[in-house]
Amino acid sequence: MEERAAQLGRRSIKTTAKRVGIRLAVSTLDLTTLEGADTAGKVRHLCAKAVCPAPAIPEIPSVAAVCVYPALVATAHAALRDTGVRTASVATGFPAGQVSLEAKLRDTEDAVAAGADEIDMVISREAFLAGDDGRVMQEIARVKDACGDARLKVILETAELGSYAHVRHAATIAMEAGADFVKTSTGKSTSGATPGVCLVMLEAIRDYAERTGRIVGFKAAGGVSTTKAALHRLVLVKETLGDEWLTPERFRIGASSVLNDLLIQYAKLDSGRYGRSEDFSRE
Amino acid sequence: MSVESRTSIVWEYAPAPESSDHVRLQDRYGLFIDGDFREPSARRYVPSINPATEETIAEVAWAGEADVQAAIESARAAHPRWVALPDRERAKYLFRIARLIQERSRELAVVETIDGGKPLRESRDVDIPLAAAHFFHYAGWADKLHYGVNARRVEPLGVVGQIVPWNFPLLMAAWKLAPALACGNTAILKPAETTPLTALLLAEICREAELPPGVVSVLPGDGAVGSTLVRAPGINKIAFTGSTAVGREIQAALAGRDVELTLELGGKSANIVFEDAALDQAVEGIVNGIFFNQGHVCCAGSRLLIQESVLDEVISKLWRRMGLLRIGDPLDKNTDVGAINSAAQLERIETLVAAGEEEGARRQTVACELPERGYWFAPTLFTHVSPAHRIAVEEIFGPVVSVLSFRTQAEAIEKANNSRYGLAAGIWTDKGAKAFEVANALRAGVVWQNTYNHFDPTAAFGGYKESGFGREGGPAGLRPYLRVLR
Repeated sequence: MEERAAQLGRRSIKTTAKRVGIRLAVSTLDLTTLEGADTAGKVRHLCAKAVCPAPAIPEIPSVAAVCVYPALVATAHAALRDTGVRTASVATGFPAGQVSLEAKLRDTEDAVAAGADEIDMVISREAFLAGDDGRVMQEIARVKDACGDARLKVILETAELGSYAHVRHAATIAMEAGADFVKTSTGKSTSGATPGVCLVMLEAIRDYAERTGRIVGFKAAGGVSTTKAALHRLVLVKETLGDEWLTPERFRIGASSVLNDLLIQYAKLDSGRYGRSEDFSRE
Repeated sequence: MSVESRTSIVWEYAPAPESSDHVRLQDRYGLFIDGDFREPSARRYVPSINPATEETIAEVAWAGEADVQAAIESARAAHPRWVALPDRERAKYLFRIARLIQERSRELAVVETIDGGKPLRESRDVDIPLAAAHFFHYAGWADKLHYGVNARRVEPLGVVGQIVPWNFPLLMAAWKLAPALACGNTAILKPAETTPLTALLLAEICREAELPPGVVSVLPGDGAVGSTLVRAPGINKIAFTGSTAVGREIQAALAGRDVELTLELGGKSANIVFEDAALDQAVEGIVNGIFFNQGHVCCAGSRLLIQESVLDEVISKLWRRMGLLRIGDPLDKNTDVGAINSAAQLERIETLVAAGEEEGARRQTVACELPERGYWFAPTLFTHVSPAHRIAVEEIFGPVVSVLSFRTQAEAIEKANNSRYGLAAGIWTDKGAKAFEVANALRAGVVWQNTYNHFDPTAAFGGYKESGFGREGGPAGLRPYLRVLR
């Protein structure tokens, strides 16, 4: 598993492939801020960056979505109106998920009511690790109902699951329970979207689509902080699920700092030299 | 503008050819005898061809009888002083060679790829690093030889003749030279006629390492040179890797003579997938087992045995995965499957594949554009194969896998062992007890569990039955180059 993932990590992405790959990676970003110190001001800045990541390089597209805590959804929603960039919100007691089902549903409903187009929920690892798949699936199904028209991304928090077999199983039951996307991690754990974990989840998605005909998206989050890592995730998707998955409709990268690295690398393709992080605004 | 209405971005890999600017090949290479390159006695030079383009890379001298004799005399003359060196001094030469291989690894990888057709990804990540690793490993053994043979006293055999194949030219040379030199033998290496270049670069490295003249000679040429070497007086041992047919000839030629012999020959190795395996992982192993190096691997997992309950699923996963293989320019860093080594080998593959179709097996070949020049064969899968078909019995030595099914563990073992070969096998299951039971029942020199085509200098490699005898790698690899005294 890891061998294949590592092998794909050695694909050589240069010149045109790098240029297009970076644009593609930007267009699939869920630009994220999930901190206790987040304020309406910071979220508005981030939204502006999401819509137009690099004013000096017009061919860089908008990102796919901005992801915030429920309390800031209204702010983000207002800032992103008519821009094509979606508003996403974590919900269900993010990141630990150790609250009652009622609280999770309420959390979700609030976010949707405030204008969230997409909900990133966490599964109950407590139930999963105790072997109670039924409860995990039931929670996902209920949250899905609460989402209404909003898209549901289900975070497995793979670092806490302990094995690839568990990751695969968790991805499969999440899809069966109605997830629109399965997502690796919260970004708050020890490790995130490692190449091996991504590959296992992509294979689960592929097999599920083949079995049921339903298309489920994939979101890599946690630890994708460099251009190289982002392009590696694109390679994994391309060579596991195929080109038709390389759109923001089916694939996302959840991150924040990677955007500026992508821009620096893109600018370098033209200028031949690496810029500084100050060349681009932080948010 | 919504996300949906955005123009979609189509992403393809751009060509990523490895630069060959740093490669300093000469137009013409002589024979490496007595520490230096010299002209062949018959003045015969033969071009070495790039199988991906059919262009000549360099002209290479072919040795004649007189040259073989000269190399043997030089090796004989060098032997007393070589064996008299303190063990740790001999080790230093091996360490030096290993480091020089590492230093010149980019160059060696490119030359291996243009001379043999294998993808750069493999020569860069497998062949060259492993060749260096073998020299490092046996350098470490040089002053501990008797620990490798149950603390008995040992002495080297003397002069050894080593004949290597074209599928892993430098790596096979390393597999043979490193233990031979560590044990105190002097060696004459005969590289394959289609792939002599990295062996000649290794000769340059030996000279750069100031290896005493005569300790290693390199004599390129065809089978006639090998035949002369085998029959020449003054040789104490022959180590051969190659086809079973040639192995038989060598063994016959050596009958009744006081010459030691080890043979590493062909195979038709079984790769067994049980229903309880992690199937995606198994598919990766199947691909690595048969499409690695275009299937030019003696231990290739060319007989795929799949449990009936998962047969369709594995075949469909495998077929989809085969469609993702990138076939083409071996120098492109993103190429997975390169060129077939020679026109002769391509013809052999085509003959056997045609036989498979005639006998009624169902053929599926990946649809891909192949370059116009050069020797190419697209990855091919045969289903509906019966155990009696030629493609299930004979070694194809190409990117062609034959699928057979089985119902029970006992049947899997029976089918896997039902071969005149016994080089390697793979077992795919998540059940540990089953893996060990099956591994113990298989008559194969190497058994991989949940992996395939993994090589390591510390592990013994060699065959059962018509796959040969003798082991290479690890402490077991010392024995064939030592006489155990008491």
